[in-house]
Amino acid sequence: MFSLEGITNAIQNWLYNTFNPSWALVFECLIVILLATGLFAILGLVLVLMERKVAAHIQIRLGPNRVGPGGMFQTVADTLKLIMKEGLTPDLADKFLFNLAPFVVMIVAMLLLAPIAFARGFQIWDLNIGVLYVSAISSLSVIGILMAGWASNNKYSLLGAMRSGAQIVSYELSAGLSVLSIVVLSGSLQLSDIIASQENGWWLFKGHIPVIISFVIFIIAVTAETNRAPFDLAEAESELTAGFHTEYSGMRFALFFLAEYINIFIVCAIGATLFLGGWMPLHIGHWQAFNHIMDYIPSSIWFMGKTFFLIFLIMWFRWTFPRLRVDQLLNLEWKYLLPISMFNLILVTVIAILGWHF
Amino acid sequence: MFLKEYISDVYNGVTSLLKGMRKTGYYFFHPKEIITQQYPENRATLNLPERFRGEVVMTHDEHNEHACTGCTACELACPNGTIKIITKFDVTPEGKKKKAIDTFIYHLELCTMCNLCIVACPTDAIKMAQNFEHSVFDRNKLTKKLNLPGSKIREGVE
Repeated sequence: MFSLEGITNAIQNWLYNTFNPSWALVFECLIVILLATGLFAILGLVLVLMERKVAAHIQIRLGPNRVGPGGMFQTVADTLKLIMKEGLTPDLADKFLFNLAPFVVMIVAMLLLAPIAFARGFQIWDLNIGVLYVSAISSLSVIGILMAGWASNNKYSLLGAMRSGAQIVSYELSAGLSVLSIVVLSGSLQLSDIIASQENGWWLFKGHIPVIISFVIFIIAVTAETNRAPFDLAEAESELTAGFHTEYSGMRFALFFLAEYINIFIVCAIGATLFLGGWMPLHIGHWQAFNHIMDYIPSSIWFMGKTFFLIFLIMWFRWTFPRLRVDQLLNLEWKYLLPISMFNLILVTVIAILGWHF
Repeated sequence: MFLKEYISDVYNGVTSLLKGMRKTGYYFFHPKEIITQQYPENRATLNLPERFRGEVVMTHDEHNEHACTGCTACELACPNGTIKIITKFDVTPEGKKKKAIDTFIYHLELCTMCNLCIVACPTDAIKMAQNFEHSVFDRNKLTKKLNLPGSKIREGVE
């Protein structure tokens, strides 16, 4: 059976047998950097195309269909265009911050990649506080956005950045609380432990209605955290032209654009890991035959399938719902999501203590 | 009481959002609903909506007769001077003079396809056609004469 774990182990053994340990570590780091960059490039191309196609079909259109078969190379052509464009810096902008901001946003997205388990035994860094690490780092992206908005010396950019700040600060609470419900159930912050605890069923099915509620809250909160419609107040193209990245062009704009899609991928990967069992195949209780058949599908395909299902769900939201006003956005968080998720956390804790879950 | 209202708020919000998602999800999973037409390729089988307005034409029957009395209602109704009617006087067999059109001039380059002339026409002499491929190299070709040469008004149209 195909397994990424065997490949990684073989490479690691070969490196440690051929070189001394410190050089082997350096080579491993280089391989990881190469893989991460390659993943980012491919994800950027695939997700943008997917978004455009999903948007088109939801709006009864065809979408890009001229470049390559079925419009497959549309995003490649767009990227080539962006590479060749001039990256303009406005005259009165704070040059250092202005040029730094897209890289801050990108680096935050890259840091978030570390604890994600892409397949069985295929994980960059299985640190023991994985969930805490993810929720801590994901809030750093607002610094890049604020930096971009402030340095642009443009009132629309600043307004967009400020909105983004308010949004991320408030929505992090309910995202964190809904993640906590899974931590309570599985009793560990380590992502590999959380995945292992879902061997006999995903938490979404094992945890009854409270976990379903926290899954819904998690999806709403991460949609807001990644600044996507219906919570795209930071960009709000009808009000603020493009919000914090109004003044960016060329490859620096492309980095913001890429970071947005990478962030979607990462939050969906986290969601898939916590609620849908990560790379764990679909197992139902004691159906031995069924479980064995499911085991034959490689774990990487399970992970990608779940992640892309969640990404599709978030795209579906984007092309269905109208954008919220700022006061509605904060109402939703502070009056509805936060109280509900707090109450929900108590329910989940009771379930976990009394062992009512399967 | 407050709690009841709160819960019903949440319930109504969630159900209305799900209703919207059901609609868009239906469109996503039913590609036959797509209304995009790939125009240059499907030129032969182009399917235009019934109310699409391309240009003003005057209808002529098989005897080369039209229904325009030359009343200039369309000329007066046009908001941007697209239509110019030149009238003449025909002599009927009884020796009476009767007003008729000589030339119905239609400036396609000025027309906004607002449909007001068609609404104004008392005899339904003109209508909107669906032809939209109007590009030419000389703008003079956009000034059209709508009544066919040698045509005359249909019997009984006043």
